[in-house]
Amino acid sequence: MAAAVNRSLLSGLKSIRPLVSASQTRSLHGVAPLTSAIQAPVSKPEGRTTATLIPGDGVGPELCQVVLDVFQNAGVPVDFEEHYLTELYAKRSETLDEVVDSIRRNGVCLKGILATPDHSSDGELKTLNMKLRDELDLYANVVHVKSLSGLNVRHKNVDMVVIREQTEGEYSALEHESVEGVVECLKIMTREKCRRIAKFAFDYATRNNRKKVTAVHKANIMKLGDGLFLRQCEEVAAMYPNIEFSNMIIDNCTMQLVSNPHQFDVLVLPNLYGNIVDNLAAGLVGGAGIVAGASYSSDSVVFEPGARHTFSEAVGKNVANPTAMLLASANMLNHMNLQYYGNMVKSAVDRVIRIGKVRTKDMGGHSTTLDFSRAVIANLRY
Amino acid sequence: MASLTRHIKLFAKVNPLLHGAQAVAVSKTPCLSQKRSFTAAKPFPVAQYGGRFTVTMLPGDGIGPELMGYVKNIFRYAGVPVDFEEIQIHKESSEEEFRNALICIRRNGVALKGSIESKYGDNTSEISRNAALRVELDLFANVLHCKSYPAVRSRYSDVDIIIVRQNTEGEYSMLEHENVKGVIESLKIITRKESERLARYAFDYAVKYGRTRVTSVHKANIMKLSDGLFLETCRNVSKDYPEIEFNNMIVDNACMQLVAKPQQFDVIVLPNLYGNVVSNIVCGLVGGAGILSGRNYGDHFAVFEPGTRNTGTTMAGRNIANPIAMLNASCDMLEHLNLSYHANLIRDAINKTLNVDMIHTVDLGGQATSLDVIQNIIKIIQANTSSSNW
Repeated sequence: MAAAVNRSLLSGLKSIRPLVSASQTRSLHGVAPLTSAIQAPVSKPEGRTTATLIPGDGVGPELCQVVLDVFQNAGVPVDFEEHYLTELYAKRSETLDEVVDSIRRNGVCLKGILATPDHSSDGELKTLNMKLRDELDLYANVVHVKSLSGLNVRHKNVDMVVIREQTEGEYSALEHESVEGVVECLKIMTREKCRRIAKFAFDYATRNNRKKVTAVHKANIMKLGDGLFLRQCEEVAAMYPNIEFSNMIIDNCTMQLVSNPHQFDVLVLPNLYGNIVDNLAAGLVGGAGIVAGASYSSDSVVFEPGARHTFSEAVGKNVANPTAMLLASANMLNHMNLQYYGNMVKSAVDRVIRIGKVRTKDMGGHSTTLDFSRAVIANLRY
Repeated sequence: MASLTRHIKLFAKVNPLLHGAQAVAVSKTPCLSQKRSFTAAKPFPVAQYGGRFTVTMLPGDGIGPELMGYVKNIFRYAGVPVDFEEIQIHKESSEEEFRNALICIRRNGVALKGSIESKYGDNTSEISRNAALRVELDLFANVLHCKSYPAVRSRYSDVDIIIVRQNTEGEYSMLEHENVKGVIESLKIITRKESERLARYAFDYAVKYGRTRVTSVHKANIMKLSDGLFLETCRNVSKDYPEIEFNNMIVDNACMQLVAKPQQFDVIVLPNLYGNVVSNIVCGLVGGAGILSGRNYGDHFAVFEPGTRNTGTTMAGRNIANPIAMLNASCDMLEHLNLSYHANLIRDAINKTLNVDMIHTVDLGGQATSLDVIQNIIKIIQANTSSSNW
């Protein structure tokens, strides 16, 4: 403990000095970049933070255990409130309200994947995932698709962000059979929500020093619905003179993604297209086990794997890839102003994959989840 | 209202030419129900995602950049969930850069700002960037809470005054011209709409923070129409707030009273230029430019800055500037963002540094450097948040 305090004091002192000299050079020479992107501070506050943990279905609990082990070994000052939420065994699940309360209170949640059965037992059209999103108004899903060095995949150096609206559109759960044999499924687009997601995308781009936002749509067919989305994106783009804006039709976009994914920077999409593109893009860099995501509302944020697969066939086999979950947890730490620990976890994972000795099955190796977890812990650098 | 009409009639006798325009202005119905047309007609949602905020930072000139560095450093230690989008605007910046800065504040909703240098004689055709920013963003109210710190040596130790200043019109309308060689006209614009909005803001503020009296400061004995309108509007608004005492004072007398007996004031509401002068007087009373923070509010945006809006160019880069004003401004910003935990954490550390540890910079009569103050604040924040008290 004392050593940790000393270290934090030392790092504190170190970080003060360059800061002052930097400001002095600026005032002496008057040279500074005219607009600089937001710099992520390297923060290591004292004190502990609480977050909600939803292990989820399938391999979720195993992967969450890896995260807990890594956190414990890294000395991360985060306590988890664990909530078991599932749609598969309704009786064993905690109520949604309890979980929502916990997330509201903590503002931050780490979540595995919740399985969504094709048929609902009680005729309910909304899945548990959708209910959770609606309750918390988690409207923006962000998936950062980035190639990890060391993996042998088709495209190298992919680095793009897929931002998906996930509270309306096709996922409005409004389906009915007006006439026998005719089902209507309503896709809802509202100006407010389109505007909100567009602004989110541009703010995200600004904050993370991205240069270009591409709106993906199908406004040539759905002229009103997707047209509204596209128009709102265009309007919002006018407020961001430093960020390039373009648009692309969804079918072309998917083709471009698999042939030349390097042209994309930030993609902003309505709900269903976002779902598809998330998975497609995750496949480009190595699959569902690699890519981390997050869902944002204005007050809270849920970190989860980027491509939503429960991988239930691997439960208990000790073969699942914990990379996505670990990267999501590192993002969570960065979000909580624990950048010191966030970077520690992230670089440990990067190092393990770059060295390439320990690889799970989906990365072309034979190692187990536990091996990977141990390798990450061994690579934590304080 | 009756007295105002009388003034106008008097005025009309002297100058019949102006009668028409004035009559139209007076006969207009009160603007309560009128549709407002502000610069930002459509409110743009603020940049708040997952409990983190993005805030525009305009370091400005002089000591601004170094003070912003301190703010960022302290935010880091306090674990404040705020990211800054830093935009460098200097006195030499082009019009386009300035536009971009405005757009940036529009999309983030909140800004922390140093002062941009604006000197007489450089380029008289150019308007002050600071004033332009307030007008463009429609930041109609400037609020300054002048409260003395017990340990800061000053003439009065019990000053607690809130100054609500009109921020966008009056003498700062930037309408000046030379009709005839050697004769300059500078227009001072007072509108009922803006005066009413400000007065309401002041009274609402008084109610919200449990204040008892609002004083309207003016010069209506000389500027019977313009300041008369301001006074009249304040008086009308005061009728809607029977629990708040309302009085008025002429600006010259108010200044004298302020330096002689400042305790008699509670909330002061005033037009632009008087506000500028009076707020500097009160800042001087409680310890100078280095202490107090000012808040600029519009209907959609809020900009926080040090209270007296000096650039401090002579102190820049010498590690002697007092960082307290900018830190207080950043705490105001955190309170505006509902991050009261972090705001209190930093404020407590500031109070303790000034009042208990007595670490004062040169302007407060101390020997400490800016960094001494900052390091002490960081030390206190670390102690208050350490996991041993968890």
